Amino acid sequence: MSHKKELIKFQIDGLTVEAEKGQMLLPAALEYGFEIPHLCYHEAVSPYGACRLCLVEVTKRGRTMMTTSCNYPVDAGLDVATNTENVQRARQMILELLLARAPHSEKIRAMARDAGVEETRFRVIEDADDCILCGLCERVCREVVGANALTFVNRGDRREVAPPFGDPIACIACGACVYVCPTDCIKMKEEGDERTIVRWKRTLKMQPCQSCGKPFAPVFQLNWIIERAQLPKDFYALCPVCRKTKKG
Amino acid sequence: MPLKSPDELEQLRTKILEERKAQGEKKGIVLCTGTGCRGAGASEVFDAFKKALGKKSAIEFKSTCCHGFCERGPITIVEPLGIFYQGVTPADVPQIIAETVTKGQVIEKLLYRDPATGQTIPTEKAIPFYTKQNRLVFGNNRHLDPTRIEDYMAMGGYKALVKALFHMSPEEVIEEIKRSGLRGRGGGGFPAGRKWESCRKAHGDIKYVICNCDEGDPGAYMDRSLMEGNPHSVLEGMLIGAYAIGSSEGYVYVRNEYPLAVENVGIAIEQATKMGLLGKDILGSGFDFSLVINKGGGAFVAGESSALMASIEGYVAEPRAKHIHMTESGLWERPTNLNNVETWANVPVIIEKGADWYASIGTQGSKGTKIFSLVGKINNTGLIEVPMGMTLREIVYDIGGGIPGGKRFKAVQTGGPSGGCIPESLLDLPVDFDELTKAGSMMGSGGMIVMDESTCMVDVAKYFMHFLKDESCGKCTSCRDGTLRMYEVLDAITKGKGKEGDIEFLEEIGWMTAEASLCALGGSAANPVLSTIRYFRDEYEAHISAKRCPAGVCTELITFTIDPKACIACGKCRKGCPTEAITGEKKVPHKIVQAKCIKCGTCREVCPSDAVKVA
Ligand SMILES: Cc1cc2nc3c(=O)[nH]c(=O)nc-3n(C[C@H](O)[C@H](O)[C@H](O)COP(=O)(O)O)c2cc1C
Ligand code: SF4
Ligand code: SF4
Ligand code: FES
Repeated sequence: MSHKKELIKFQIDGLTVEAEKGQMLLPAALEYGFEIPHLCYHEAVSPYGACRLCLVEVTKRGRTMMTTSCNYPVDAGLDVATNTENVQRARQMILELLLARAPHSEKIRAMARDAGVEETRFRVIEDADDCILCGLCERVCREVVGANALTFVNRGDRREVAPPFGDPIACIACGACVYVCPTDCIKMKEEGDERTIVRWKRTLKMQPCQSCGKPFAPVFQLNWIIERAQLPKDFYALCPVCRKTKKG
Repeated sequence: MPLKSPDELEQLRTKILEERKAQGEKKGIVLCTGTGCRGAGASEVFDAFKKALGKKSAIEFKSTCCHGFCERGPITIVEPLGIFYQGVTPADVPQIIAETVTKGQVIEKLLYRDPATGQTIPTEKAIPFYTKQNRLVFGNNRHLDPTRIEDYMAMGGYKALVKALFHMSPEEVIEEIKRSGLRGRGGGGFPAGRKWESCRKAHGDIKYVICNCDEGDPGAYMDRSLMEGNPHSVLEGMLIGAYAIGSSEGYVYVRNEYPLAVENVGIAIEQATKMGLLGKDILGSGFDFSLVINKGGGAFVAGESSALMASIEGYVAEPRAKHIHMTESGLWERPTNLNNVETWANVPVIIEKGADWYASIGTQGSKGTKIFSLVGKINNTGLIEVPMGMTLREIVYDIGGGIPGGKRFKAVQTGGPSGGCIPESLLDLPVDFDELTKAGSMMGSGGMIVMDESTCMVDVAKYFMHFLKDESCGKCTSCRDGTLRMYEVLDAITKGKGKEGDIEFLEEIGWMTAEASLCALGGSAANPVLSTIRYFRDEYEAHISAKRCPAGVCTELITFTIDPKACIACGKCRKGCPTEAITGEKKVPHKIVQAKCIKCGTCREVCPSDAVKVA
């Protein structure tokens, strides 16, 4: 396939906008300042279409349908409506469903409030741990970090994200998942020379900086990077701070 | 030796036919050893026939796959008279050979008895279950041993392929399929010709065709029966499709739980390859095509097109967004054409007999026939093939033989787990894609579950929602949690905990699930709920407001009592009750101690005088 950039024009809420053909609709709309709520989309990873919050109505060749915008490739002549009555109705109920899964998440409560939802009519899932199964952690771990330490297990209402076979052996405790999780349900803690990713039950010893002596990153992670990037064995002898001062 | 031209194929066919003719009209025995009949003991009957016949070649013994009337299995037909025997056991074998095969005498006790008239019916042709059917695609099962390509050739097999390869251009084949009106039999009913056309027009050197034999719908087994019983018809359809689309590689995706289908299609591929009907330069036409079998993991959602392709690629069988059509970017991002087993099996028929002939069967928008699996509260269960547009009434009463036990028909659930329930008032509905959708149900895979008055429709909706919440892949919030929440509301209603407003709440969740989900599983998941609300709202209301289950099913809402006037004090219920909740003695009417009753309904079943009442 050739990657020639082809700019196309289409409409969002009556405004004519321009985007690269094949680009996903959500980022294109966000760039123009349209507010479309979204939870499982992140520009660093591929779109997934799981949370269903980014719904919009798209009219193409006279046919209108509701679709998620994060994984909808734009095309010339589309007519997109981001806030129709149907979109609002569906989004409100999805937020109610999410509230019942992630009752402690401030972000979701705020999103719900913005959409006019104060509380959920659904029974809060027992032992709700706030995971909304958006899959950002799994994607970032696979696509960005490359550690492949997480996977989805089970179907239906028993679905969860977990290390494959329950063993976090591939996790390098880099914390990328902690950073992307929209509901803050992956906690990381550092105690002494150990770092723990609580949700995946992974604890790794950290490397002390040869200069200042402070532990700065898991040994396992540093060796993993050294091996993959074929770096010299002592590449990570210093912590980032000392390295900077040494260099500068 | 591979056949190198259409002439060589015809010569081979002539040879097979002449050999068969030379043997004269043989006395023969046809035994169904399809999965249904095997379950009823056909393997043992097979061994008994083999042993009894020895090498006596005067009697031809053929083992075929499913004929559809599985309920009566093992089925044996004695030729040339076409005597139909049901429920055959190994002990019956010597008598069948000695009396029916040798002397032409009919064994009364093995015959089918029509439940409507009480009369026995000696021949297959005269059995009402068969007479109203039109077995265009499924009918050949009965005549062929699926492991022998010669049987398929003798019936004119691969003639359609020759016609397509040597007398039609790919565009003409597509035009023919378009004109025939063939729509996909896997669920969506998408016009097959249009799908082929867009795949042909898609850019790319490598294109794939796939046959979907995942059939995850519990209770449906038409695809399995076709694949087991007539695999060459599916291969021939795929060959024709691949030629039309411009594909030289195909996959047959079969679920792992179908070992016989895997085996038989494997044998068929091997035989066709040996004969030069698969592989390079097929019959000297220059067209290449090869097929690989892919065994699927078994989840219901794996049958969905994008999930199926993910599974072939080695990923978890999970649906993906399909904003770009599979015909442009499918398997390994190459143009891919996926069709269902039955869709493929229709193709040779259309090419051979012509689009006009084919389009003369069926309705305006749905052409040809459809195979249904007819089960539930009905006298004749099994696989049936009927022209599109036959009414539900004809299917239920003429072919299905009506409802057993003098009970009243209540509804028929069509389309598989995410189909809808159609009530008695719509019995005259002509069954086709569009009419079923209009009625709030769907064609789906062709499942038909008949329900009688003893069925509670709220309970039915709950049953399907339980299945769907377990089988949703769990990716979309709307589908995963929508099905879960509908299930929870239904569960509460059946337990007497329903609240005012629950019906509207269900409608709202159902709407959202259908509108906001990624794939057609979520898109259709609300059907069981919305259709039962649409047609049986009063039943929902009775559960919610009056805390009453009119059908007497929901245990938390019913009580069993014994009518003292009707009780004959036989004691059967007392002996049958698992919790000893029934008191009484000879000549004294019996009583149920409510505190002990677990509402299992045993007493009602065993009572010979209908004295146990449920309210
Ligand atoms: C949840 C789900 C399950 C499905 N299962 C099957 C199946 O088992 N067999 C099948 O042929 N189609 C199945 N389909 C439909 C396929 O996605 C696809 O539409 C079909 O195989 C295309 O073939 P057709 O056009 O010949 O019908 C399923 C769809 C969904 C949403
Ligand atoms: S843990 Fe967080 S990032 Fe991962 S799936 Fe759950 S909500 Fe998404
Ligand atoms: S609609 Fe249901 S089955 Fe389909 S992708 Fe979404 S969660 Fe999975
Ligand atoms: S952001 Fe589009 S479905 Fe989650």
